[in-house]
Formats: sequence, C-alpha cells, structure tokens
Amino acid sequence: MSRRTDWTGILLAAVLGLVIVVPLVVVAIWAFAEVWRYPSVLPQEFGLRFWNATLARPDVWAAMSMSLRLSVTVTALSALICLPAAYAFARLDFPGRNWLFLSFLASHAFPKFGLLVAIAGIFLNLGLISTFWGVVLIQLVGTLMMMIWIPVAAFQSVDRRMEEAARDAGAGPVRVFWSISLPQAAPTIFAALMLSFVGTFYETEGAWLIGAPEIRTMPVLMITFINNQIVVQYGAVLSVLLWVPSFFALLFTRRLVGSQSFAKGFGV
Amino acid sequence: MATLSLSAIGKSFGGADVIPGLDLDIAEGELVCLLGPSGSGKSTLLRMAGGFEMPDRGTVRIGGADVTRMPPEKRPTAMVFQSHALWSHMSVAGNIAFGLKLRRLPRAEIRSRVEAVLELVGLAGYGARKVWQLSGGQQQRVAIARALVLEPQILLLDEPFASLDQHLRERMREELRDIQQRLGITTLFVTHGQDEALALADRIVVLKDGRIEQADAPDVLYRAPATRFVAGFIGTMNFLACDIRRGRADHPLFAVPLALPDGPAELAIRPEALRLTPDAEGPVRVRRVTDYGSHVLADLETDDGERLKAHCPPEARPAPGQRMRLSARQLSAYQQGRRAEASPAHLREGALHA
Ligand SMILES: Nc1ncnc2c1ncn2[C@@H]1O[C@H](COP(=O)(O)OP(=O)(O)OP(=O)(O)O)[C@@H](O)[C@H]1O
Ligand SMILES: [Mg+2]
Repeated sequence: MSRRTDWTGILLAAVLGLVIVVPLVVVAIWAFAEVWRYPSVLPQEFGLRFWNATLARPDVWAAMSMSLRLSVTVTALSALICLPAAYAFARLDFPGRNWLFLSFLASHAFPKFGLLVAIAGIFLNLGLISTFWGVVLIQLVGTLMMMIWIPVAAFQSVDRRMEEAARDAGAGPVRVFWSISLPQAAPTIFAALMLSFVGTFYETEGAWLIGAPEIRTMPVLMITFINNQIVVQYGAVLSVLLWVPSFFALLFTRRLVGSQSFAKGFGV
Repeated sequence: MATLSLSAIGKSFGGADVIPGLDLDIAEGELVCLLGPSGSGKSTLLRMAGGFEMPDRGTVRIGGADVTRMPPEKRPTAMVFQSHALWSHMSVAGNIAFGLKLRRLPRAEIRSRVEAVLELVGLAGYGARKVWQLSGGQQQRVAIARALVLEPQILLLDEPFASLDQHLRERMREELRDIQQRLGITTLFVTHGQDEALALADRIVVLKDGRIEQADAPDVLYRAPATRFVAGFIGTMNFLACDIRRGRADHPLFAVPLALPDGPAELAIRPEALRLTPDAEGPVRVRRVTDYGSHVLADLETDDGERLKAHCPPEARPAPGQRMRLSARQLSAYQQGRRAEASPAHLREGALHA
C-alpha cells in the first residue's frame, strides 16, 4: 500500500463531513437557541426554554415510549422470523430459492407509498388500522429485506467445516445453528439488528398511514409539530431527541464490533 | 471397538464419478492410512464414513450396523478436519467440552476429562485461551483433543498433521499411535506424507481416481508395489523401459533373464537397491551428488541420456563426472502397469551386475 497522503480521500471526507455534519450542528444549535436573528453566525441567546417546553408535553413522552416499543417489537419479531429463514437461504437448496430471495428485494424496488396504500386497504378490512400490531406488521415488512440479505451473507461466510465439526460432536441441526452458526455470524447480524432498529424508529410513512390517529411515533409527532407551529426550536429539540437512539446504537455497535472476541468472530 | 466397512460405495459430484465403487473393510482397532494424489477422493471417502457426504451407491457399516443414512451426530465417529475447524468464538476448553456437554455429563466430570485430554496432547493449562491465540500446531492439537475426548469408536483424520513442523509431527504421530492402540480406536487416516503412512499404518490404501490401487501392510506396499502407479507413488523408484524378448530383458544396463511374456516392460529398482563401484569403463556417469545426512543420493546418467538415482553410504561419496559400475540387489518388472509375478531366480540370492 502506498504511504503517500491520499488527498482525494481527504477531500472527499471533508466534503461529506460538511454536508452531513454542518446541518446536524445547525439543528443542534437551534435546539439550544432562544433568540437567533439573521445575519448573526451564532444565536444571540442560548437557553433550555424549548427543551423544558418540549419535555413537559406528555405526548412527547408517549410518542417516545411508543416508538421504542414499536422498534423493539419489530426488531425482535423480524429476527425471529428472518434469521432462521436467512440460514435456510444460506445453507439449503430448495426449489424457488432464488426467486424467493429476490422477492425480498422487489418489495423495496417499487415506490413504497403505493404498496402502503394497498396494504392499508387490506388492513382496514382486517381492523388493523390505527392499532399497535397493525403498525408492527407494516414496519416488519420494511425490515425484511435487510434482515434477510445481510444475515444470509453472514451465514454464508461461516466455515461449513465448523458446522460439520459440531454435528460430529453430536449436535443436531438446530443446536448447530444456535451454538455455532449464530455466534459466528454475530457481528454482522448485530449490525443488521441495529440497522433494523434504527430504521424502524425513524420509519414514518407506514407508521403514519396505518397508525394514525391512535398510534403516534416520534417522527409522526415531529411532523405534526412542524405542520402546526412554525417554531424552529420545537422541531430542532425533537430532532436532537430523535438522534438519541442512533447515537446509542452506534456506540453499542462500536463497542461490540471493536472488542476482540467479536472481531475474531469470523475465524482466524 | 468397532469395525468400519464400506461396501460398493460410490459417489458422484455433478455427473463426475469421484468414487466409482469401492470396498474397504477396516478391522477393530486397525489404523488404515489413505494415500493418493490430490483429488483422488481421500477426503470424500472419509466424509462418507463420517456421514457428511451421502454415498450415491453402496453401504457404510460400523460394527456391522448399517449407518449409510445416519447423520453424523448419531454416528460413533469423530473427525479431525484438515482445516482444524475449531470454533473461534469458544475457548480451548469450550471447544473440547462442547460434545461432552451435549452428552449431559456432570460438570465436574467434563472438567476433569477436558483437563486430562489437554494434558494428553501437551496443552495442559491452555484451557482458558481463545483458539485464535494459539499457533497452528496448537490448534491442530486442540482439534485432535476435541475428537479424542468423545472416545469415539471410529476416528477419522484428514491430514491432521499438515500444519506441524517435523519434530512436532513425529511426536504427535507417535502419541496418536499410542492413544489409538491403547484405546483400540479403529482409525482411518488421510495423509499426504508417505513416511507418516509408512510409520503409522497397519495397512495403507493407495487411491487413484477413486479406485483402490493397492491395500497392504506398509512393508509389502514398499517392497512389492502391485502396480506401476504405486511403485512410482510410494518412495522413489527408478523405472527403466525395455522389451522382454525370449525370457530376457533387453536393457543395456540390466540384461537380466525374466520369465515373462514378450513385450514392452519396465524394470523398477529402488535407489537403495543399487550399489555403485567406481570404474573408468563403467556405463553411467555421476551428474550430481546430494547429501541428505543419513545417506548420499547420486544422480546418474547413462550414455543414452537415461537417468537413475542411487543411494551411497556417506563414506563412499562419488564425485560428479566420475564413471561408475552398477549392481542391483533387487529388481522388479512391470508389464501393462502391473507387477510381473515372475522374478529372476538368482536375484533373490545375490546381486545383479551391470
Ligand atoms: N462438494 C463437492 N462438489 C463437487 N466436487 C467435489 C466436492 N467435493 C469433492 N469434489 C471433487 O471430488 C474429487 C475428490 O476430492 P477429495 O477432496 O476427496 O480429494 P482428496 O483426495 O481429499 O484431495 P486432497 O489431497 O487435495 O485433499 C475432486 O476432484 C474434487 O474436485
Ligand atoms: Mg482432502
């Protein structure tokens, strides 16, 4: 590898950093600003007034708890359904395997809103509109592709000889999956779980279309806030609140993926 | 312990007959080595015995019971894989204890058996290590310990010593032989190392293209290879092409009487069966001399450009360019790829001079 300074890389990182970090910083500053008039670069007055106002609202707490409950439920269900399926895709050869596999991609290849409207129609007949489990179902569909495709790749990279050695030691297929394949694929599967959790937390269209008016998640609440009152700070405070799960997810992932045992999870 | 028998066993992969059909019976407590060139089907055979590959034809029996359709977890076999296949998310002790835990042994017994087997393979005190912290040779030994701790009736080993250095390999194979004999485990052992097979095996099976070329005790295999292929594959062999005419080989160096039908043949002589005597009028010239410590190997060339290899004692080391006379203590002949039964009567008594 060349040891010269990679200017293109640095430039690219800088541009990406600007595009991603600057808006985030601006929003974060807005969340703590009380007076910020053009053309000043920084707010004239900082304060926690809008934080107090936002956090004092019961609907914010209700939405936060709803969002968390939804994300946990959806991710857990998704893992329960998708991980064994992904293992089957990775290890078994059954008729229609490739078609089924690609069909998960298809669910993401078309404009989502049309699909959502169609599903909403069905849910209306089933009485699932505006219920917790209705939203769970719709969001579950959204996680399927990620929770199939990423774990399939993870399972495929597990050394088959390890699984065979476990069979040899006396473990049946289920035990092999649980004790060998799953831990071996754990770092990647964990990343898929995190993506699914965070993705579900921020999912808006489905939650809004199926959940309204009873089920209000954080993003849906934020849209309502922004639509109803043009006070930038409310939106900013909610955004910063919304970052919290991402932030913890990132930290958690880093810790886990960075730790030696997980780094070595893929074999030596 | 138990016998292992493969009868009329066959396996194809995608239309290619990897093993066309083969019979192999291994007695209780016997150690059989599978030798053969790469791709000859050694691993496939082993995997069918272990239950990882379903044979397309034939039956596998262990201790007389048909296990052809039995999955690996139900078979009384234990396999040591070429690539170790240790579980990298477990500790050394975790790897070894896995099978014992599945058997629901009491915790104290598991601990003592793990410690005992670690001691056996020379890794006492390594139980808490992660497997990826071990060297290749140590990993190999953990793999062997993992198989042995289950006290299998049949032990299957696929080139288990491939990643060990010479010393460790010799020690490990002696220990393995020791354990195998003490416990009487029926063993099928795949190796690329001929010296390993010759040193270890009760019987060596030479495979070629999924067929058994010869299955015999090591000394028989070495001294009387049944086919031209085995003769060339095991150890070093000089082959001299000639014609048999009226009961005599027409080779200029060894015009020996051979009671064989007329036709093309090959004389086969081991390098250690040749004796060199300096002679300015001799028929061969020394091209190169290589010292292997225990013996010296001389590379010889006839005036026709034919090459031979011969051992000489270190004290009688020839010089390159020197001309030599040759005599053979032992010689065999191959016709149409098979060992010709008739051997010249006087060869058994004395040496044959060129
Ligand atoms: N799963 C498989 N699918 C297709 N072909 C296979 C498979 N396993 C083995 N083969 C083929 O079967 C033949 C025998 O393979 P095998 O692994 O038994 O050889 P081997 O004697 O163990 O060779 P080596 O000494 O290189 O390990 C090879 O030609 C190989 O390509
Ligand atoms: Mg092999």
